[in-house]
Amino acid sequence: MKLSAKSSEKIAKSIIWAAAMLVVAVLAAIVIYILAKGLPTLSWSFLTEIPEGGGAAGGIASPIVGTVLVTAVAVLIATPLGVGTAVYLAEYTKGGAITKIIRFSAESLAGIPSIVYGLFGFIFFVMYLGLGWSILSGGLTLAIMILPTIIRTSEEAIRGVPGSYRETSFSLGATKWQTIYKVVFPAAIQGITNGIILSVGRSVAETAALVLTAGSSLRMPTSLFAPTRTMAVHFYTLAMEDISPANAFGTAALLIILIFIINVGANILLNRFISNKGKKKEAKGGKRN
Amino acid sequence: MSEISEKSRLRTENLNLYYGSRHALKDITMEIPSRAITAIIGPSGCGKSSLLRVFNRMNDLIPEARVEGNVYLDKISVYGEETDAVALRKKVGMVFQKPNPFPMSIFDNVVIGPRRHGVKHRDELESIAENCLRRVALWEDVKDNLRQSALNLPLGTQQQLCIARTLAIEPEVILMDESCSALDPESTMRVEELMTELAQSYTIMIVTHSMEQAARVSDMSAFMMIDDEKIGRLVEYGTTEQIFSTPKDKRTEDYITGRYG
Ligand SMILES: Nc1ncnc2c1ncn2[C@@H]1O[C@H](COP(=O)(O)OP(=O)(O)O)[C@@H](O)[C@H]1O
Ligand SMILES: [Mg+2]
Repeated sequence: MKLSAKSSEKIAKSIIWAAAMLVVAVLAAIVIYILAKGLPTLSWSFLTEIPEGGGAAGGIASPIVGTVLVTAVAVLIATPLGVGTAVYLAEYTKGGAITKIIRFSAESLAGIPSIVYGLFGFIFFVMYLGLGWSILSGGLTLAIMILPTIIRTSEEAIRGVPGSYRETSFSLGATKWQTIYKVVFPAAIQGITNGIILSVGRSVAETAALVLTAGSSLRMPTSLFAPTRTMAVHFYTLAMEDISPANAFGTAALLIILIFIINVGANILLNRFISNKGKKKEAKGGKRN
Repeated sequence: MSEISEKSRLRTENLNLYYGSRHALKDITMEIPSRAITAIIGPSGCGKSSLLRVFNRMNDLIPEARVEGNVYLDKISVYGEETDAVALRKKVGMVFQKPNPFPMSIFDNVVIGPRRHGVKHRDELESIAENCLRRVALWEDVKDNLRQSALNLPLGTQQQLCIARTLAIEPEVILMDESCSALDPESTMRVEELMTELAQSYTIMIVTHSMEQAARVSDMSAFMMIDDEKIGRLVEYGTTEQIFSTPKDKRTEDYITGRYG
């Protein structure tokens, strides 16, 4: 039996299509299940009240605040470090030993399970530096965890900027740093931002690395040195200890919505930022007609 | 000879260029007069671009490139130890083969050089932009669209804009590497007119694969070719009139008359 090129093409196409559809279906099933179970719990008071009875009653206001703060610390620390490293790798090294060491370190960091980051964070930030279970310890731990993603996506974005931009910039008497800052960065901003968004998503969803570093306090944090419990950790605790399935699903639903908003929102912002440069021009150019 | 020396802007003495172990230019000695257009012609791969890029030290960006011999811009030794490549490039501007505006507005493109060199005042930048765009005969076309992305302009207009961007750094020398090869005949004509006009105040060097263009616009012509060892050599250099009417070298003659591929 021999299939004609055309029919084997067709079969291959349908298999690929089926695989893609399966992925979409699984994703949809998970999202719909959690939203169906969790949405009824979501209410204004659920969002604004502090948990009571270990989360059995009350809302999730403090885990929401904790999530935002831990994520903010992680991203604010990892972004300059990661983008700086990416610039160094993409613009300043010529593939020497140092480059190899940096890249090997970054790649190794990317492959480590998050619980190991948690353990490291616990030993180094919580115990050794004496930061205790705190937003700062958690945020620093997450910063190390998301660093490889930011480095890799930024480096790719920077390398993607055509060499002719750099050449032209130099030919106009720009220094290397001016070229990077004024020409390469603006051209790479979209890729860099994508990496940061990806990292925000990972930070918001992380549990293992935070249980050991940020603690599990349900009180409203008053400073970066205060312990906190992020939404993901809260969900994990509620579900694992069977404290309140309803509140667990409510938290999970909010997590999903939040991650969805971050992704979509960031995309819209980015598109607006990019086409804004174009919009302004049209507004002004339009005067002519 | 002494007349040319007096006015000459650029000069090379026994210039040799290597890309790693590849010897690309050999023993090039030439003087390029100011306020004139000097054209470099020759078959593809003979080192025309390499030679042009010697003058603004663009080859510095290629780690394995190495220059031997002397290059002077007036009294400045281009490769001298105390010479700063960044400062040099403000004096020696370059227009590339493909129009290459940055992905930003027309205005930002033109003033990117002056901005980096410390001009901050809006008024000043605006007058620089107007001035340079006028010089390339683009002002009337774009004055109401200065905020538009430069990438939306037609190719020919983009190249005019790139020339304006180069003028904005107030160079003394302008290097143009096949700057018309991506343009249609009409835009080519406009850029050629522009070159002729600019040659009244600048030293201009062009690389061109079009013999007609060299004959039309240039005052001096340099014919280059690779030798038996595939090293780029300056075969003949003289006034365009002489090169095109009474070439001294047989190879020049063959190339000019189209007997060489
Ligand atoms: N960056 C480079 N590295 C190595 N060799 C190069 C490089 N640039 C140019 N060359 C070589 O130098 C020679 C001259 O190139 P080029 O100056 O671009 O010639 P042309 O502009 O006349 O076509 C060619 O053989 C080319 O392969
Ligand atoms: Mg060339």
